[in-house]
Amino acid sequence: MTDKQENRIVFWVFLTPILFAFLMVIIIPFFIGAFYSFTNWSSTARAGATLDFVGLTNFTESFRDPSFIYSFLLTLIYTVINMLAINVTAFLLAVFVTSKLKFKNIYRVGFFIPNLIGGLILGYIWQFIFNNAIPSLGDILPGLSFLGDPGNLVLGNRSSALMALVTVGTWQYAGYIMMIYVAALESVPAELHEAARIDGASNVERVRHITIPMIAQAFTITMFLTLVQSFKQFDVNVSLTAGGPSSMFMETPLLGTELLALNIYNTAFVRNRMAMAQAQAVIFFLVLIVISLVQVSINKKKEVEM
Amino acid sequence: MKKSFKHPIALEIVTALIFLAFLFPFFIVLINSAKDAFQITVDPLGMPQSWSQIAVNFGKIWSNTNIRYPQSFMSSIIITSLSLVAITVLSSQAAWVLVRTKTKLSNAIFLLFVAAMVIPFQIVMFPLLSWFRSIFMVTGIRLLRTYFGMILAYVGFGCSLSVFLYHGFIKSIPFELEEAAKIDGCSRFQTFYIIISPILRPIHATVVVLNGIWIWNDYLLPLLVLGVGNRIQTIPLAVANFAGAYVKQWDLIMTAILMAMIPIVVLFLAAQKHIIKGMVAGSIK
Repeated sequence: MTDKQENRIVFWVFLTPILFAFLMVIIIPFFIGAFYSFTNWSSTARAGATLDFVGLTNFTESFRDPSFIYSFLLTLIYTVINMLAINVTAFLLAVFVTSKLKFKNIYRVGFFIPNLIGGLILGYIWQFIFNNAIPSLGDILPGLSFLGDPGNLVLGNRSSALMALVTVGTWQYAGYIMMIYVAALESVPAELHEAARIDGASNVERVRHITIPMIAQAFTITMFLTLVQSFKQFDVNVSLTAGGPSSMFMETPLLGTELLALNIYNTAFVRNRMAMAQAQAVIFFLVLIVISLVQVSINKKKEVEM
Repeated sequence: MKKSFKHPIALEIVTALIFLAFLFPFFIVLINSAKDAFQITVDPLGMPQSWSQIAVNFGKIWSNTNIRYPQSFMSSIIITSLSLVAITVLSSQAAWVLVRTKTKLSNAIFLLFVAAMVIPFQIVMFPLLSWFRSIFMVTGIRLLRTYFGMILAYVGFGCSLSVFLYHGFIKSIPFELEEAAKIDGCSRFQTFYIIISPILRPIHATVVVLNGIWIWNDYLLPLLVLGVGNRIQTIPLAVANFAGAYVKQWDLIMTAILMAMIPIVVLFLAAQKHIIKGMVAGSIK
């Protein structure tokens, strides 16, 4: 057996198993899905049943579906707020835990812990806090008894329920993003800060003109991770609000905090519109690609400028 | 912020307060796991009257027929560990031949893995189900509601990031090492398993940590592939199933949550240095 033959055999023996899983789970379903989005596919149809090609109907109907448009806009708002909240929190925490603190390693571990536990479970914990623990604060501090009024429940109002999703999303993810900032901050040479201090730069000036430009690459990564994470949020949405409270949009009653991923899921399994849900997933995919490309290219440009 | 830099004591206190605030929800879970149905309703913020109630609640969750804690825990262990073994072994060997084979085909396959990283789960989840169902009808091989299908799905979804991480790392390993192994009489198989794989240890750690946390906590994929009310259910499915069946029975839901969290928190505290390093390395690559 020549070397060339051996290499070719090893190439295929080593590659085939993972390629099989990859094709079975991602590539084939991806193309089937793209195809289904142009048909009248439904959950009751079995393999071999005739599928009719319906052109762009599923897409045009999606853009006329109030709950889809609403979830789309809501997800954009949620993504922007959540990205900001996570990154600001994570950056501040990173600055804190890279200072000369006595217990900085314990703090790092503590901030990281929520990230280890799935969004589903975190959402249940906070549902209890918002629905039971906070309303009972009035029993301890009489001045806060208004919190016990059912009309004041955090999850009972659309805007505050959205903020609750941001709170849990930030709590879940800030520790992980903090760790990326910590790694970046620790790679900034101490001499730069030393030199700037001698030149009379204040702490805030040093953060603005040395730290932030030096870790510009970390911002590209953290922005990308938080963007994708927020845009795809599903688990916390299910367990914290389940989409509620109900709301009105375009004269249609719908769920007030139903983010896109949950909306697509519900369109498929609750409203039983499989083909339309698939078209919405295709739109979701294209939008996610476009906005993440825009984000990365803006960040990359900033990296150079700084 | 400027002031707190000059007075580390003030910063220490601020950070300690944020630290406590971060852990406060877990404290709420702990104290409420030791309450009965009545006490948790009237006093969700107070300390429990008797900590021994926690044992009673543990017993109830342990033997509950919705959550089936021991079986669910075992299922989660089986699914997570077998998926991790398959992902690390299969992705690392694939990445290695992709790096060392310089052909157009090899390059194209690698680019396909990279491109797939941007595909969100939502776009493949419905067709995946109908595809798995069709496979069953044609071949009789069950992929839905089985361990095999679940693990195959995790290997498929986990492989693109893993191949990418291994690929980046293997590129930096000098080829001379492999030539030396060849002169010493190693076959290509031996070269990988005896020489290369041990060098990959740090990146194995990253791949295991990133995929492990994801798989252990994942909810949507098992919900779709394993389904509801299946003999096989993972811990997140069990908790969701339980919370759905025992609406507002917060004493038991809190206990179920506590029992779901304990193993992973213990594991993390035991290996936190490696876990954090692994996760950060994975994101920066």
